[in-house]
Amino acid sequence: MQTRTTAPPVAPATGIDLDAVRLERVSKTFAASRRGADAVSALQGISLRAGEGEIVAIVGPSGCGKTTLLELICGLMQPDAGTIEAQAAALMAQRDLLLPWAGAADNAALALRVTGLGRAEARERATALLHDFGLAGFEQARPHELSGGMRQRVAFARTLLAGRPVLCLDEPFAALDALTRQEMQDWLAAALAADPRTVLLVTHDVEEAIVLADRVLVLSRCPGHVVAELHVDIPRPRRRTDPELVALRARALEELRA
Amino acid sequence: MRALLVLLVILGGWESYVGLGAIDELLLPAPSAIAAALVNDRALLWSNFTVTAREIALGLAAALVVGLACAVVVHLFTPARRALYPLLVTSQTIPIPVIAPLLVVWFGYDLAPKIVIVAIVCFFPIVVSTLDALSRSDADRRKLMRSFGATRWQTFRLVEAPAALPGLVTGAKLSLAVAGLAAILAEWAGSENGLGHLVLQALPQFETARAYAAVLILAAFSVALFGALTLAERRLLPWTQSTG
Repeated sequence: MQTRTTAPPVAPATGIDLDAVRLERVSKTFAASRRGADAVSALQGISLRAGEGEIVAIVGPSGCGKTTLLELICGLMQPDAGTIEAQAAALMAQRDLLLPWAGAADNAALALRVTGLGRAEARERATALLHDFGLAGFEQARPHELSGGMRQRVAFARTLLAGRPVLCLDEPFAALDALTRQEMQDWLAAALAADPRTVLLVTHDVEEAIVLADRVLVLSRCPGHVVAELHVDIPRPRRRTDPELVALRARALEELRA
Repeated sequence: MRALLVLLVILGGWESYVGLGAIDELLLPAPSAIAAALVNDRALLWSNFTVTAREIALGLAAALVVGLACAVVVHLFTPARRALYPLLVTSQTIPIPVIAPLLVVWFGYDLAPKIVIVAIVCFFPIVVSTLDALSRSDADRRKLMRSFGATRWQTFRLVEAPAALPGLVTGAKLSLAVAGLAAILAEWAGSENGLGHLVLQALPQFETARAYAAVLILAAFSVALFGALTLAERRLLPWTQSTG
């Protein structure tokens, strides 16, 4: 898998077996609320797939059902229609959702504790990963003592330690300032090169999608469905000034506006 | 510092008002007389204080245990919420001075009815603020736990319960404020010792200064408990001091 850093795979049509995630004509509608809000059709017959180890970015306007899509894949809700086949997936939300009373290591170890691992052992494994993430010395630090970028790293460590083959990242860096966001994108690219997973990355930042992903899906306005698919065959590590990347970015933006 | 100055001015005014003979010392003893009573009656005050302090401490402890258990059960089992919440509210509408003599009839003259009365009074703020804190826990965090495959109990233990601890402390503080009052009421309904009993006895004996001294001690005890709780909160729940 390490070779992917230099030669990203073009999505192969190898059949169902190699797909980590496969959605067929999935629809999801949220019922009208008692307070009078109309029923909202979040997703309308959306189909997509992600191969094992593939990084798929999903971009689209706000409120086009991107978050719903990830929650469906993670099994947090059921579709109204269509089929979802997905390997076990872990969700990372835009808000870091760290526990304010727990230190970084305990926060990162949360999913491990759920699997029944003891506190000491879970903390030990989390600490090792935090060291890899450049957070040595911050194991005991509570979230309010960490910067925004550090908190997202802890949240990502927690997502990785859930041990799921699929990662669903829901606008993980949207709350960060522009500079930190770029740093975190490069950092995430490196972290995924070291520990490859199938990734579904929801973002409204087209550049982020192209810097990180093997494939970019552009979603329509609500109810969401896939309107365009872009393959990103740019070798890693990617530079934002790469003319090829800039051209792809322009194309993606065009598709978004269409 | 300024509060101390105000206090000194008030005490000075009080002292000279009584000293000038403007008011009968039986109605309002001078601060110096109260201080003298504190010293002269210290053995009597102390022995009665330990009784009342025990009533307050045990009543509060009982309220904490039962209140916490109730809050957890009501939170974890939705049907229990509908069944128990109205009862909880109703329990708070019971006028304590009315049932206090009944409890004395049931449980006798000693410690038990006092603990029950203090616990009844303290129970409600603890349950309500704990329950509130539990139900206000972050829905996204619960969703996160669900995505990890957490059981209901794991979500409660790892996420909801720690988040509700500040609520429990708030409830304990609120109930502390009324625990002293409840203990005095309980003693008035029937007892042989305690600060409330001492006050009841001191007044007809024209020992007004002693009664004031007893009230002073009770107030000081409540303030000390409150301070201890605030200190414990700062030490044990440091994350509540900053927005995280």
